Amino acid sequence: MKKFLMTAAAAVLAIAATSYGASAADKLKVGFIYLGPIGDLGWTYRHEVGRQELVKALGDKIDTTYLENVSEGPDAERSIEQLARTGHNLIFTTSFGYMDPTLKVAKKYPNIKFEHATGFKTAPNMGNYSGRFYEGRYIQGVIAGKMSKSGVLGYIASFPIPEVISGINATMLGAQTINPNIKLKVIWVNTWFDPGKEADAAKALADQGVDVIMQHTDSPAAVQVAAQRGILAFGQDSDMIKFGPKTQLTAIIDNWGPYYVQQTKAALGGTWKSGETWDGLKEKMVVMAPYTNMPDDVKALAEKTEAAIIAGTLHPFKCPVLGQDGKPVECKGGANLDAGQILGMNFYVKGVDDKIPGK
Amino acid sequence: MQLVLEKRAERSAKIAIASPLIAIALTLVTMSILFAILGKNPIAALDVYFLQPLTDPYSLQEIAVKATPLVMIAIGLSLCYIANVWNIGAEGQFIMGAVCGSWLAVVTNGTGAGYWVLPAMLVLGTLGGALYAMIPALCKVRFGANEILTSLMLVYVADLIMDYLVRGPWRDPKGLNFPTTASFDPVATVPTLVEGGRLHAGSIVALIVVMLATVMLGRTIKGFEIRVVGAAPRAARFAGFSSDRLVLFTFAVSGALAGLAGIIEVAGPVGVLQPGISPGYGFTAIIVAFLGRLNPVGILIAGLFLALTFIGGEGAQITMKIPLDLTKVFQGVLLFYVLACDSLILYRIRLIATHRKPAHGAV
Amino acid sequence: MELFEAIFLSVIAASTPLLLAAAGELVVERSGVLNLGVEGMMIMGAACGFAGAYLTGSTFLGALFGIVAGAGLSVVFALLTLGLAVNQVATGLALTILGIGLSGLIGAGFVGQRIVLAPHLHIPFITDMPIVGHILFGQDGFVYFSILLVVAIWWFLYRTRGGLVLRAVGDNHISAHALGYPVLKIRLLAVLFGGGCAGLAGAYLPLAYTPFFIPGMTAGRGWIALALVVFSSWRPGRLVAGAYLFGAVTILQLHAQALGLGIPSQLMTSLPYLATVIVLVLISRARGTAGSAAPASLGMVFVPDR
Repeated sequence: MKKFLMTAAAAVLAIAATSYGASAADKLKVGFIYLGPIGDLGWTYRHEVGRQELVKALGDKIDTTYLENVSEGPDAERSIEQLARTGHNLIFTTSFGYMDPTLKVAKKYPNIKFEHATGFKTAPNMGNYSGRFYEGRYIQGVIAGKMSKSGVLGYIASFPIPEVISGINATMLGAQTINPNIKLKVIWVNTWFDPGKEADAAKALADQGVDVIMQHTDSPAAVQVAAQRGILAFGQDSDMIKFGPKTQLTAIIDNWGPYYVQQTKAALGGTWKSGETWDGLKEKMVVMAPYTNMPDDVKALAEKTEAAIIAGTLHPFKCPVLGQDGKPVECKGGANLDAGQILGMNFYVKGVDDKIPGK
Repeated sequence: MQLVLEKRAERSAKIAIASPLIAIALTLVTMSILFAILGKNPIAALDVYFLQPLTDPYSLQEIAVKATPLVMIAIGLSLCYIANVWNIGAEGQFIMGAVCGSWLAVVTNGTGAGYWVLPAMLVLGTLGGALYAMIPALCKVRFGANEILTSLMLVYVADLIMDYLVRGPWRDPKGLNFPTTASFDPVATVPTLVEGGRLHAGSIVALIVVMLATVMLGRTIKGFEIRVVGAAPRAARFAGFSSDRLVLFTFAVSGALAGLAGIIEVAGPVGVLQPGISPGYGFTAIIVAFLGRLNPVGILIAGLFLALTFIGGEGAQITMKIPLDLTKVFQGVLLFYVLACDSLILYRIRLIATHRKPAHGAV
Repeated sequence: MELFEAIFLSVIAASTPLLLAAAGELVVERSGVLNLGVEGMMIMGAACGFAGAYLTGSTFLGALFGIVAGAGLSVVFALLTLGLAVNQVATGLALTILGIGLSGLIGAGFVGQRIVLAPHLHIPFITDMPIVGHILFGQDGFVYFSILLVVAIWWFLYRTRGGLVLRAVGDNHISAHALGYPVLKIRLLAVLFGGGCAGLAGAYLPLAYTPFFIPGMTAGRGWIALALVVFSSWRPGRLVAGAYLFGAVTILQLHAQALGLGIPSQLMTSLPYLATVIVLVLISRARGTAGSAAPASLGMVFVPDR
């Protein structure tokens, strides 16, 4: 009996040692912290796709790890620190709520590189990155303006944070270039992800005469409801055409892969620097799904709009931007609203018939 | 022949000691089988889950940090459950405690206030949680409304109240309109105990709570009252113990403890009030309470053990790519085995010969 | 009129999973057992139901998978609470956690897939009748089944001997045992039935509501179902009212937002929960301080004496 226990103990220790002893010294370990499950078909799913592209591109030079379902409270700091302590040298934290925890850990581990998505704080070893999703929203607004017969658009919004509000505004501004009197109904579902609730919201919008639905939530529920009801919709985060082959006009796709590859290469090559990256259509961090289910002239217009944004000749938030009261908003960026105004957007543009919750 | 359950003449002391060990052993065996099915090395997995976190001072601190709110809430809940009062809303009381205490932090932010801020916050948090718990308690005592339902529904309400506050009136003006308060000033933060770690004074508070609860349950009239009302309500009535007042008392105490845990958590490891401050502590604490057999010291051990599995589960995700769902399965399985083995303390299983019974005797 | 009809349809769809799960739990609680694991059984039903429908291509088989999954999980619950006289609250909670974890593991391989939604009834001319056509004659199988289920449960509880015995067991298991009724066996059947209903309710979500599976897609509906049972004072008729009331408030708050009524969205979102508490308090008050109408033996441990 005693011999058995000794052997068992030795086996445990041996296995433990081989699991952690030999560190793959040459491989760079890259870590990812995800907010939701990789199966959410939305935000987290796209980051995971990015990670997989990273593995495909740099395969034998790196080792990647991800932690999913990390809530934004106290657990976040521990999860980030766990990655830091287990030899991960480049860590991506993929949600706004991870900002302060990432900063705290970054200060403790000055030799590890951190990249935080959709935040605004930085450190010498912590950069941030985000996508100019509002560019895609503007294009969607233009398409919606053209395709809507009822003149009423629907928006399923998650939480009243600047990114969501700038998305609503950009959509509205795009649509107004086609139909100045276009209407937009907004439903706040107070969740990033609840397929049932998103479906309910989509139905409510459809019941009230909306014939084009947009969302800033993560599941394909709204697209699927739109398909059932015979109206049109835009996918979000990923291409959702599978759920509405005759329904999806396009989708804003989060394309993190190239950025992850770029930053990892920099880390491998020793050229990594903390920066603030805010890329859009031009750099292909934001990609539009193929324009489908629309007549050729609308498609051409969408492509033209996209090209103009990429070329820099069209900016969704070109001044003057009129506020809900009809008066122009202060223009801090010369010709367009500046980055701070967009990143911190907390007002609606004229024509949006809604009150921002909590204001 | 059939298996029947038979009540023992008295509690089996032997089983009382052996039961948690048997339960853990059974759990480990079940989990090993599950690991194997998933294609992971069982021994390595068990090592990552249970042994690795214990070998490293950082992990040990994190276990204490994670266990602190669990233990505090669970102790409060245990008082309720012993008295057969089913407070399922600890999560909401946790949130309201955090909200009430944070109010002071937000109001005094940047004003250079003195050291009185933190203690005042703790008091406010405790009171907030207690008052919020009084709602389901009063509904039960005054209107006979079932407390499981009311306390549970109020969890959703508390969450939405906090959401409204951090998005609106309490939002950090310099935070680019994101739903979070400004970071708490140092005077509004729970001090850490170890340099470079997250172990904070809240853990000491938790230990004190454990000691106080042990004394109260074991040696005071109130503790006796709680135990009697739970075990023998009729006898309790004859003894003059009012079950209504006890409902109010236990709800108030558990709400207070949950609220205290809430404000400590927010003023400690988090340092800010934002949505998502609780990854379900209020519900996990219910498990801790039962795993600890509704006994303060047991709860302390159970809380630490469960915290260990959380930390181990994260480590398993990192080093062995074991999905987080497995940690939930593990916790559920562990609770099942503990409950099953514990029942053997009071009952024994016997194989007996069946004899025919008259079908549906005289009505 | 069209908007009214459309809202009604949405409400029915939103209320059906609640009704299915709550109906099963009502029977369980009437027999004296409190199974808090409804959320766990529902999510298992969702995962297995989706898997079944995806693999076989049939909604019906998917529903069966869901039922079996829910009932299967409830066996564990029965083993502990009926076989080993373990505390029901703790066991139910453990069941919830286990169910959530297991469903995540099982469902992981099916994420990203889609299936065809359950077919809706369509009778030429009748279904297309204005106003009531779709509401009465255009629903999917689950909806009709949920109504039939509640009627059947009512019939069973109040019009059959079996139901009388079950209620007796729930009200006073000691007397029932003395009269020779097999208390544990009756409770076991009730628990299995409740598990099957919860599994079916969970399966409804990916099979008829949103045609894909995502971990955690039940989003707390199991807890709402538990609340509804209490809310209904353990009476089937009131259960239907409660389920539809809850569904209605949930849907209407979305419509109110879309109409631009300008009420804070958090308040709107919290309305269903607040409404439940308020109505419950009012009901309990109306009954006087006689306490709740719960089956007297609810949640109490029963060990047959020899």
